[in-house]
Amino acid sequence: MSKIFSRDSWDEIIQALSSNWFRTVMTAFGVLWGIFILVILLAAGNGLENGIKQGFNGMATNSMFMWSQTASQPYKGLPKGRRYNFKTDDVTAIKQNVPGLRFVSPRNQLGGFRGSNNVVRGLQTGAFDVYGDYPEIIQQQPMDITSGRFVNYSDIKEKRKVAIIGSGVRSALYEPNEEVIGTYIKINGVNFMVIGTYKKKGNNGDPEEMQKEIYVPFTAFSQAFNMGDVVGWMAITAADGYSITNLKSQVFDVIKTRHTINPNDDRAVGNFDLYQEFTKIQGLFTALNFVAYFVGILVLLSGIIGISNIMLIVVKERTKEIGIRRALGATPWSIRAQILLESIFLTIVSGMAGIALATAVLWLVNYQLSTMDTSEMMFINPSVNIGVVFIALTILIVSGLLAGLIPAQNAIKIKPVEALRTE
Amino acid sequence: MIEIKNLHKSYHMGKNSLHVLKGINFSVSEGEMVSIMGSSGSGKSTLLNILGILDEADEGSYTLDGTLIKNLNEKVAARYRNKFLGFIFQSFNLINYKTALDNVSMPLYYQGVKRNIRTEKAMHYLEKVGLADWAGHLPSELSGGQKQRVAIARALASDPKVLLADEPTGALDTKTSYEVMELIQGINDEGKTILIVTHEEDIAHMTKRIVNLKDGLIIDDSPVNQVRAKTESYV
Repeated sequence: MSKIFSRDSWDEIIQALSSNWFRTVMTAFGVLWGIFILVILLAAGNGLENGIKQGFNGMATNSMFMWSQTASQPYKGLPKGRRYNFKTDDVTAIKQNVPGLRFVSPRNQLGGFRGSNNVVRGLQTGAFDVYGDYPEIIQQQPMDITSGRFVNYSDIKEKRKVAIIGSGVRSALYEPNEEVIGTYIKINGVNFMVIGTYKKKGNNGDPEEMQKEIYVPFTAFSQAFNMGDVVGWMAITAADGYSITNLKSQVFDVIKTRHTINPNDDRAVGNFDLYQEFTKIQGLFTALNFVAYFVGILVLLSGIIGISNIMLIVVKERTKEIGIRRALGATPWSIRAQILLESIFLTIVSGMAGIALATAVLWLVNYQLSTMDTSEMMFINPSVNIGVVFIALTILIVSGLLAGLIPAQNAIKIKPVEALRTE
Repeated sequence: MIEIKNLHKSYHMGKNSLHVLKGINFSVSEGEMVSIMGSSGSGKSTLLNILGILDEADEGSYTLDGTLIKNLNEKVAARYRNKFLGFIFQSFNLINYKTALDNVSMPLYYQGVKRNIRTEKAMHYLEKVGLADWAGHLPSELSGGQKQRVAIARALASDPKVLLADEPTGALDTKTSYEVMELIQGINDEGKTILIVTHEEDIAHMTKRIVNLKDGLIIDDSPVNQVRAKTESYV
């Protein structure tokens, strides 16, 4: 074994490989290309995954949104097509009857897509989405509070008419350097004091529209806009260790019982299961990763077959040389080791070059990306971790060994006499 | 040194079998210089291959320096070749991407000799064949005679018991042939046992004993008066 690390063996290998430079480089290119493709594919998948996940940026993915629709089946004397509304009592009932829920946030909304002007400040007016919310919502749909604070429970309890406005609202209603905290805005004719500003990140939906929202305490909203105990919709998040997808039917059951809806009526409660969507995306990336490995390894395989092929030719070409070496006292094992080492060396060196090249390309891409604002991009930080590089290296060593095996076996099958006879 | 008794060898090619050596009895003692002659197909190369442990006899015994050579595995055969034998070939058989010095140090490499000692020894043998100045040259940069001298240095490098030369002058012109033979004679003068396979009469007469092979049998084995290959007289 000590021979593997001696300078002599390496001299032999370098000499043998450098005796035909062009061919060595061409052969090495196959493996280089294979590992390059493998690394780039994995990194690209990673970049896409990073980009998409940025869209979920801190969002509680184990969540669903639930809203009321019309009953689609008659039940207990009530007709079908009947409208109903969630009530504030439903929230408490859900919290009590369904274990494993982290947040149940009732929400109400004013305005909406292309709504008319509903907010006034002095001479400025604007159309914005106004939400009545509980403090938990910031943990379900995160936003950065850039100044002031968000809604708290004192606001809820005392029904304070306070508002947190987005940067889009601020730029529409205020001068650029004006102080916002403490000023008043009039929402549908009711004055609210601005106590905070926010900025949202991510690429889910319209990034510009997301900054044009106003958050006020849920209770103040209900009172100011005459909602009574009506709840527009709910954002429900399951606790860690539970899946909202499994819990949601229990939530629906509570709602159906309380509103006298046929238990088999699947259309009465509308919902959007974020967790299910997230799982789907997660699955997509697992599949993408698999495809990257599959394609990468196949391309690598063709490179390895190339090496094996060339080594066969090399053995054939060096039949005479091997004969001479045998005559001079080379043991079969030393011949085999030489061929194997040549093959492994060639594979590893070209593989390393491939990894280095891929790293360089990724560095360039990352450098380009870093000069841009990536907060709204679908592709961020394409990279592979060190583990993948080690996997690739292991694949290389094993495949170098495999590539050399048949040629090495061929080499020791050559009888010295026959080898010397070839003129 | 070499003791051969009743040696038989046949080759099988498909259904045909060719009986090449039909019972050879032959011995060489230390310090002898023997030439083996014979027309092509007489079995002289086969005999040399068996003597060189490159091939094995079907029947009979072969003793080399007191060691019976029989049923060796490749590893032991390789060791014996390295220890006992030095080869000189008609086509020189140098490794063409290695310098003269590296070629000469090759048998020492397979003996596991350390690098610096190896280079020193190889250099010594290159000096002996008068090619010290060419140590760093590739075989392609050497003339035929020089190549054969490098090959001789290589054969000597492992300090073998016997030198086996297969038509050592076959690829050389007369003048160079005689130069090479002079070198070989000099080595023999120092006490090395040498076997030369040749079909050239004049070369054979430069040895001390001629063995004539015909159709796989020794038909004549007699000592001769050695002709010294003084190159000056041919210039």
